[in-house]
Amino acid sequence: MQILIRNARIIDPGHPDGPGDVLIVDGRIAAVEAAGTLAADGAERQVVEAQGLWLTPGLIDLHVHFREPGQEYKETILTGSQAAAAGGFTAVCTMPNTDPVNDDPAITALILRQAAAAGLVRVYPVAAISKGLKGEQLCEFGELKAAGAVAVSDDGRPVMNGQLMRRALEYASGFALRVISHCEDLHLAESGAMNEGAVATRMGLSGIPNAAESVMVMRDIALAALTGVSVHIAHVSAAESVAAIRRAKADGINVTAETAPHYFTLTEAAVEGYDTHAKMNPPLRSEADRQAIRQGLADGTLDAIATDHAPHAVSEKEVEFDRAANGIIGLETSLPLGLKLVAEGVLTIETLIERMAIAPARILGLEAGVRVGLPADVTLIDPNKEFTVRAAAMQSKSRNTPFDGWTLKGKAVMTIMDGRIVYRDQG
Amino acid sequence: MPFDKKDILDIASLSVEDIQLILDTAESMREISERPIKKVPALRGKTVVLFFYEPSTRTRLSFDLAAKRLSADSVAISADMSSLVKGETLLDTARNIEAMRPDVVVLRHAYSGAPQFLAGRLKASVINAGDGTHAHPSQALLDMLTVRRKKGTLQGLKIAIVGDIAHSRVARSNCVGFTKMGAQVVMAGPPTMIPKGIETLGATVAPSIEDAMSDADVIMMLRIQKERLKKFSMSTEREYARHFGLNRQRVALARQDVVIMHPGPINRGVEIAPDVADGPHSIILDQVTNGVAVRMALLYLVLGGGRHADTD
Ligand SMILES: [Zn+2]
Ligand SMILES: [Zn+2]
Repeated sequence: MQILIRNARIIDPGHPDGPGDVLIVDGRIAAVEAAGTLAADGAERQVVEAQGLWLTPGLIDLHVHFREPGQEYKETILTGSQAAAAGGFTAVCTMPNTDPVNDDPAITALILRQAAAAGLVRVYPVAAISKGLKGEQLCEFGELKAAGAVAVSDDGRPVMNGQLMRRALEYASGFALRVISHCEDLHLAESGAMNEGAVATRMGLSGIPNAAESVMVMRDIALAALTGVSVHIAHVSAAESVAAIRRAKADGINVTAETAPHYFTLTEAAVEGYDTHAKMNPPLRSEADRQAIRQGLADGTLDAIATDHAPHAVSEKEVEFDRAANGIIGLETSLPLGLKLVAEGVLTIETLIERMAIAPARILGLEAGVRVGLPADVTLIDPNKEFTVRAAAMQSKSRNTPFDGWTLKGKAVMTIMDGRIVYRDQG
Repeated sequence: MPFDKKDILDIASLSVEDIQLILDTAESMREISERPIKKVPALRGKTVVLFFYEPSTRTRLSFDLAAKRLSADSVAISADMSSLVKGETLLDTARNIEAMRPDVVVLRHAYSGAPQFLAGRLKASVINAGDGTHAHPSQALLDMLTVRRKKGTLQGLKIAIVGDIAHSRVARSNCVGFTKMGAQVVMAGPPTMIPKGIETLGATVAPSIEDAMSDADVIMMLRIQKERLKKFSMSTEREYARHFGLNRQRVALARQDVVIMHPGPINRGVEIAPDVADGPHSIILDQVTNGVAVRMALLYLVLGGGRHADTD
């Protein structure tokens, strides 16, 4: 099986940007040459004319919830993989808060089996830090690693116990597992439903202060310094967290961080009218926070963009705001919202691809790029394609997006994973 | 000026003219309540469902009397007795209510925004009888009516609202309402009970309770709930009474003709000293009387009463 992509603009951060031809053979990139130099010889060589399109390393999402096992009515590994491929992603990291929790090698193996059966994107399971996400007992990191876990996290819940977090960092380092931290002080967050501030006060919703996140970011930075083990901070939303991570990096502490498209696109104002599609954890913050997130992405304080893709059924969102489930789906809007940052001059396209592919790969200890010998995981983007987001037409099994009806410019038109076309835009 | 609101969800969505019309209508409704036969046929054949997800004997009784005095049929459903409520979502409930073809649904709910949720899904009018910590428009309107009757106007008055502002829908709705009508609202309480950004509702936050009370025309005390101890919002009730409660010394800081209000039920000896609650400045019972009149006005107006009155 061979695919020849002709005349694409190849955007591979750190490498020359320009038009070129890329030949894919047996799942690997076999040749990258100047545009117009590779010939379409042989019937088995499928040719993709990519004039006007951008070819980038396959996007990698460090943070998704695919709900399988246990909540297949929200999403399955198959439907999640379809959403990922449609969004231009070739790999995703699935969070462990499934039912049962991914705290057991058998669950990790099940996820990988289902992912292989779907065969659309690479699925990297993130296993739990603590048994049942209860914060009481460390999971068997060695066994989980052997089963295929790439990282550990209690995502969905924070690790409230500082000693557990310290030991998790130390123990994980012995198995070369990354630790991903959902930073939230549950006491400070209490029963909060949205960002603390004037909007929450007006709407009579209880607020979650920025400090509920930032104090835990600061704790984890201190623990990374103490142990010498790197920590990855999930879904950063608050300006104070960005500042703390920036300081930590300047001090040489080994910390990486991600934010999500909703935090650089929306603010708490989206909650107005009790719109449950604007309810997530951490919550949408103020405009000052949004600006700080954008700045953090631009200067590299925030290494990666991850979606925190969190599918929920209509019945879990069409309820009173306080009772609504947290989270939104994000795989099919992440790249277009990232491209909006490029259009707005916040990031260069190179930096965007760095945040959505190269850095996530590096954090996972992988290499991503459009270079000879690397796995053929690539994304073709049409930067000029305008489209209207239609929740009802999405690949995800769920519809919970605040971006329904938005008109965006630029999207993935073809996703190639392991040398196979796993998504082709039909529009 | 016809009344064109389908629902009464909060004070913020009412104009000054709307509020004036409601208060004026309530004045004429008050007169009905003074008659030996306290009933007019204005809403005969109309159905009012009183849906109370949160226990509230007073507000429910007040709406119930209001409906009956206008000859509407009223049915009260409360969370504890209703099989409708068990295990059902508010959406299911909305559909069930809709199928009964009510004309007005009066909703009390523990979650902010629930009346808005229902209003968007029902053909019937929705009147918010208190949602979470968001709004309690009928309470604010009856408070405005009570003050207007005592003072002749709301314009230029200093209204002190004291206590647990953070958890009070009454404080929010009164703040928006009185400010809209030209009064100056000053809030005070322990800093743990003053929510961030409350000034955006039009209030100023006084540095001390004495500052708030000084020269006040109206003092409104909010109910303190024991649960706040567990949430670290206060220490003991005894200390609260001493530092933030209303007593005679503090009343003396206000204007001589100050009126003292409380949305009820009162914790005598906590937020308000018994002799003040029952003293000459207290208009707490007027609030209750005016409550029925305001709720009659709301039912009457959302069911089209205002429109007929204005056609000629
Ligand atoms: Zn999380
Ligand atoms: Zn998550």
